[in-house]
Amino acid sequence: MNFVTDMATAISRTIDDGDHVHMAGFTHLIPFAAGHEMIRQDLADLTISRSTPDVVTDQLVAAGCVDRLIFSYIGNPGVGSLRAVRRAVEDGVPRELEIEESTHLGTVSRLRAAATGLPFLPLKTFSDSEIPKHTETIRLIDNPFGDGEIYVVPPLEPEVAIIGAQRADEHGNAQLWGISGDNIDAAFAADRVLLVVEEVVSESVIASDPNRTVIPGHLVDSVVEEPFGAHPSYAQGYYDRDGQSYRKWDDISSTHKGVMDWLDEWVYGVTDRTEYLEHLGRSRLEELTPKPKYSAPINVGKY
Amino acid sequence: MTEYTRSEVMVANAAKELKDGDIVFVGVGLPTIACTLAKRTHAPDLRMVFESGLVDTSFSGVPLSIGDPELAATASSTMPMYDVLTRYLQGGRIDVGFLGGAQVDRRGNLNSTVIGDYENPDVRLPGSGGACDIATNAKRTVIVMPHERRRLPEAVDFVTSPGRAAESSGPPPRGGPTAVITDLAVFRFDDDGTLYVDSIHPGVSKDQLREETGWSIDVSDVEATPEPSDLELDLIRSELDPDGEYTR
Repeated sequence: MNFVTDMATAISRTIDDGDHVHMAGFTHLIPFAAGHEMIRQDLADLTISRSTPDVVTDQLVAAGCVDRLIFSYIGNPGVGSLRAVRRAVEDGVPRELEIEESTHLGTVSRLRAAATGLPFLPLKTFSDSEIPKHTETIRLIDNPFGDGEIYVVPPLEPEVAIIGAQRADEHGNAQLWGISGDNIDAAFAADRVLLVVEEVVSESVIASDPNRTVIPGHLVDSVVEEPFGAHPSYAQGYYDRDGQSYRKWDDISSTHKGVMDWLDEWVYGVTDRTEYLEHLGRSRLEELTPKPKYSAPINVGKY
Repeated sequence: MTEYTRSEVMVANAAKELKDGDIVFVGVGLPTIACTLAKRTHAPDLRMVFESGLVDTSFSGVPLSIGDPELAATASSTMPMYDVLTRYLQGGRIDVGFLGGAQVDRRGNLNSTVIGDYENPDVRLPGSGGACDIATNAKRTVIVMPHERRRLPEAVDFVTSPGRAAESSGPPPRGGPTAVITDLAVFRFDDDGTLYVDSIHPGVSKDQLREETGWSIDVSDVEATPEPSDLELDLIRSELDPDGEYTR
């Protein structure tokens, strides 16, 4: 089946108000284009989960789309705070934000538990930390096979996972390289998967290297081809992280108005990612594009 | 003698905590600079592992983020986050973890979660990320952070990552912190798990150290922290932190 569609259609048919949406991607392949379309469609009362919410969550929270945030690190990586998330938590601006926090190991263990159909996963962390006091989804149980106790966490089961990858065929069989983060576990953990790729390629390209096809197409409900869809984060081999944009966000986000003005210009003021990229300018995109360097082909054998 | 900053003393001495052959779990910023400095000087076989799933990167500069493409392109291996956090960290393969935070107290507890009350915070900080996972699973940890009185209180506002707890809730952490290195001094732990001043950086007065530390410290018999060498200073300034973002 051909699952390829445009972002606006994919978002409107995959996500409803009130859904729990896991936005996958650890530093890499962060679904910014999808987040911006969620804001344009004025989705509301969402639960968003991300290990590291990142700037895209700052934007969703400021736009008033988010009711609840499940996370392990709310920072602007290498820069500082996520100021809009902070305003919501500290001052309820633009609205109260319920939070549920864990550690990175806690969050990805929950995704792995969901992906593998377990009622909980044991993990070694949290001892002597105050995090478990404030997070219902962390429990201490007796070790059934030995002395002492062990922490456990339940599955994280989002209705929707938005997953980035470099390329896929039209059936959603997706290849991802570089940092895979939580993308694979999230695809197996969610009820519905919205896949965002830099390019849709032919079945024969994907079929030539099954080991790199980490998201099988049968998990996927929509495929969106969105070049530079992860900007200002990056797609390995396609474009670099736009560190300047991350640094600038610190200033832009210093007031709620600053964020809303930015959204007016870059999200509400454009109809789609293509217009966003035109606004960013071709020369900026070229600056971010690395020279190619290919890995050596492997011999899979002709059978 | 070459002039140097106190942050450069901090970074050079953080690097000295690392041994050749150590597998180090690293966060971006000061930890990456200290690890790269160690690797380029006394610990060429040191290996860095990142929570982003990158193992043994050979990138020689210092990235903005632990997930940057140039790091990913120069890693020996990449794996999903769950796998690196369980196979390496939880699996006991990490010798040293580097940690920092907004506050550290005399037992080495770190706070990177909130200033004030959790439910109604004065300042909401980023939270654990991998910090608590590192604190409880690395064989030892080294804490590196700037020294200010408000950042070294008697007790932290919130324990994000445990130090040397008197009694453990749940399975006891694997190692725990062995040193706290600030831009004023080097602290180590006594047998009771309490920090003492091991050395004071050149040019820092004992009065200043007392004033900037939130608990009572004994500075009657402390040595001077070793100065950074010319080679270390040259590496820091020309390659590891050329803009002086962390060390000026």
